[in-house]
Amino acid sequence: MKKIRMDMIFSHSGDVVSREIDGALIIVPLTSGVGDMEDDLFSMNESGTEIWNMLDGKKTLQEIVEALAQQYQAKPGEIEQDVVGIVAELLKRRMLVEATAA
Amino acid sequence: MAERTYVDEKNISHAPPWKGEGPPAVHLDIELTERCNNACIHCCVNKPAGDKRSLARELDTCAWKDILRQAAGLGVMTVRFTGGEPLLRKDFSELYLFARRLGLKVMLFTNARLITPQIAAMLADVPPLEDIEVSVYGMSRESYEAVSGVDGSYVEFRSGVQCLLDRKIPFVAKGALLPPNKNEMAELAAWATTHTRMDVPPTYVMFFDLRRRRDSAAKNRRIRRLRISPEEGLDILTQHPDRYVKEMSEFFEKYLSPPGDRLFTCGIGPGCVDAYGVFQPCLSLRHPDLTFDLKQGALKEAMGSGFIRLRAMKATNPLYLKRCAHCFLRGFCEQCPAKSWSEHGTLDTPVEYCCRVAHAQARFLGLVMEKERAWEVRDSAERIQNLIRRVAVS
Repeated sequence: MKKIRMDMIFSHSGDVVSREIDGALIIVPLTSGVGDMEDDLFSMNESGTEIWNMLDGKKTLQEIVEALAQQYQAKPGEIEQDVVGIVAELLKRRMLVEATAA
Repeated sequence: MAERTYVDEKNISHAPPWKGEGPPAVHLDIELTERCNNACIHCCVNKPAGDKRSLARELDTCAWKDILRQAAGLGVMTVRFTGGEPLLRKDFSELYLFARRLGLKVMLFTNARLITPQIAAMLADVPPLEDIEVSVYGMSRESYEAVSGVDGSYVEFRSGVQCLLDRKIPFVAKGALLPPNKNEMAELAAWATTHTRMDVPPTYVMFFDLRRRRDSAAKNRRIRRLRISPEEGLDILTQHPDRYVKEMSEFFEKYLSPPGDRLFTCGIGPGCVDAYGVFQPCLSLRHPDLTFDLKQGALKEAMGSGFIRLRAMKATNPLYLKRCAHCFLRGFCEQCPAKSWSEHGTLDTPVEYCCRVAHAQARFLGLVMEKERAWEVRDSAERIQNLIRRVAVS
C-alpha cells in the first residue's frame, strides 16, 4: 500500500455510504467486497467518527491533526498516529480514496 | 501487541451501534406492486400483471423515491421490496439502486422469473446486503405451473435462478406447501442445500392466509380448500420432533402468558407502505381504519402516532375476550388483528383455523389434553415448566 503522508488529502469512497443514526456513524457498503461478510455494516467510535467527517476531500491529514490537537489538547504525535491508523484501515477497506491530486 | 483497529464490522441486527433508543423502526416493508406475473392458487395478494386499475393507482418513481428518502432519514436500515412481484415494475432497478445509495439494505422477495443477466449483474455489483428470498413453487414444470397457473413460468424461474447462480449471488429458497408439490419436499430441500446459501431445509408457507384486501370470495374459498389440516401441518412441523420440542420449549419459556384484552401483542410493525402509498401497520393488516395515506402526510407521522394508537387498542369482541384474552397459547397462535381482518373483516374475532393449528401443536407438546381448550387451563405456568424440565432432562 502507498505510504500515507501528512500532506495527502482523502475523501469518502463511492464504494460506501455513510449515515448518522441516533448519534452513531454507520458506514454501509455500496459495492461488493467492502465487508468480510456480505451483510455487515461498519461503525466507529466518537473520535473515529470525527476523523471520518473531517476526511472531506479538502483538508490534508496535517490540517486534520492540527484541528484535533487544538480541540483536544493532546500531543500531535498521538493524534497523528490515530489519524494515520484510521486512514490506513479505511483505505484497506476501500472506504476512502486519495483526493490529493484533485 | 495486537494491531489496533478503528473500524468495527458488525451485523447491526445483533449489535445496534446507537446509544439511545435508536430509530423508530429499522425495517420497512415496501410493497412495490400487487401485480404478479404468476397467478398462484394460494396467493393472498396477487393481481394480474397487466391490471390496469393497479397500474393507474401505483406510486410513480418520484413518489417511491420520496418515501425511501423519508425512511432513510428516520433511520430505517432495511427495506423489504415485495409484492406481487416487485421486478414487474419497470423502474425496479432505479428504485433498488436509489435505496442502496441512501445506505439502505434491501431485502428482495421474488419468484425470480424476471431476473435477467443484467439484473443479476446489478445485484452482484451492488449487493442488497440482505437475503434475496426466492419462492419455489415446484421442482418440475408440472408441479410448478400447477401452482403458478402460468405456462412457461417454470422455465423462466429456472433461468432467473441460474442468473443468480452464475453471478454467485446468495439467495434463500422458500416453499408453499400445496397439493401439486407436497411430495417434493425432500427434493426441494436437497436442491436448496446445494444451490442456495441455506444449510437447513427451506421454510414452507402452509397455513395460508386469506386475501388481505378481502377482494375475492371465490379466491378465498379456493385458499380455504388448499389449507392443510392442523394435524397434517403438525406432521410436517414435527418431522424432527426433538428439535421441534426444544425450539418450542425455548419459545414458551419466553413468551407464553395470556395477553388480556390488549389487541396488538405482536410488537407491531415493522410497518408497510403498499403499492399506492398507503402506510399500514404490517404487510398483512389492511383494515382501512388503521392505515395512513402518505400522500396526505409524512412517514414519520404514520410511524409515530399510528403505532402509539395501535399499542393502546383493546379487544371488545366478547368471544375474543372469553377465549383469546385468556389463552396461554396466544403467543404462538397465529391469531392476530391482521388474520381476524382477512378472515372476518374485524380486528378481534377468533380465527378458528389458527386456533385449531395452535391446539394441535399444544397437544403434541403435552400442554393441553384432548378436547381441552387452552383458555380454560388454570395451571398453564406449571405445564410450561413441566415441558421445559422434560426438555432439559432429555
